[in-house]
Amino acid sequence: MAESSTDAQKANSKSPLGLALFGIVAVLFVVGLFTHTSLEGLQIHPMDQFIVNPLFGGEHVSFYTPTNVTLWMALSVLGMIALLVVGTRGRAIIPSRVQSIAELMYGFVYKMVEDVAGKDGLKYFPYIMTLFVFILFANFLGMLPMAFTTTSHIAVTAVMAVAVFITVTVIGIVKNGFGFLELFWIKAAPLALRPLLALIEVISYFVRPVSHSIRLAGNMMAGHAVIKVFAGFAGVLGLGAVAPILAITAVYALETLVSFIQAYVFAILTCVYLKDALHPSH
Amino acid sequence: MEGDIVQMGAYIGAGLACTGMGGAAVGVGHVVGNYIAGALRNPSAAAGQTATMFIGIAFAEALGIFSFLVALLLMFAV
Repeated sequence: MAESSTDAQKANSKSPLGLALFGIVAVLFVVGLFTHTSLEGLQIHPMDQFIVNPLFGGEHVSFYTPTNVTLWMALSVLGMIALLVVGTRGRAIIPSRVQSIAELMYGFVYKMVEDVAGKDGLKYFPYIMTLFVFILFANFLGMLPMAFTTTSHIAVTAVMAVAVFITVTVIGIVKNGFGFLELFWIKAAPLALRPLLALIEVISYFVRPVSHSIRLAGNMMAGHAVIKVFAGFAGVLGLGAVAPILAITAVYALETLVSFIQAYVFAILTCVYLKDALHPSH
Repeated sequence: MEGDIVQMGAYIGAGLACTGMGGAAVGVGHVVGNYIAGALRNPSAAAGQTATMFIGIAFAEALGIFSFLVALLLMFAV
């Protein structure tokens, strides 16, 4: 209903297209009000889309079973290869469209690593680029209807976050030795306060992989569940599901933005952790 | 429906944990609002600080994520 009233306000601007759109919406809404039959419950359960199913029948899922998760992960890897390897094969001086997208992406991540982690962080640029592009492809492929969002599972994101955590910790210890512990011993604070701050810093350090992984998984899961909740409303309303469809469109647009931002945030936090490992003293 | 007071408590707790999202919302709004306020005063310096803004958002959001984690634990682990 709220959506219809905002439509009415837009239609007041006297554009014939807006008026026609409003007319169609209103007619569909009235038709829908009289045609809807089932109000028993949601036809589409919002969390059903996150169920892991084996691709070739059966119930049992082992670590080697091809499931919908592995299928969509493989598709995101294929997407990466298609964009970054096949797309740039021409190596033209005047890049084609695909090549310029790949170059844009490369330059974007390169600049991010350089700005946040510093010049000596560039050695680890391939790792961060891989993480960013993989998460980006997994998120965007998950936006397709009927697709499976692999990054909505904490199991998937936790592997990446723990890998980042271990990598960064090992780099920090190898590069700085015991100097790495200066990360927890803040020289700028008064001496009496330092043990307390060290405790807080240690806790926040070990909580990093938790927040790093759940941020991505939670954002993707919540957004897709919201879309499916509105899809459930649309299923109940039948033909008159104008307001839910408008809401789905809006949430879908927001989710597309969130897909990119979460990939960006995952990559940039990796850079921040890397910077902490390379220069623990400040 | 009867007698399972632990489950009831877990569900109520999970719902209450969602109020933590409000805190994260305030934090994220504060970060972005201040970024825009600064960017409008000095637009030439804004571009260099976008990454810092996103890091700030991520850290503010992390504390909202812990409330989500508490909700998940109550729903599935208790």
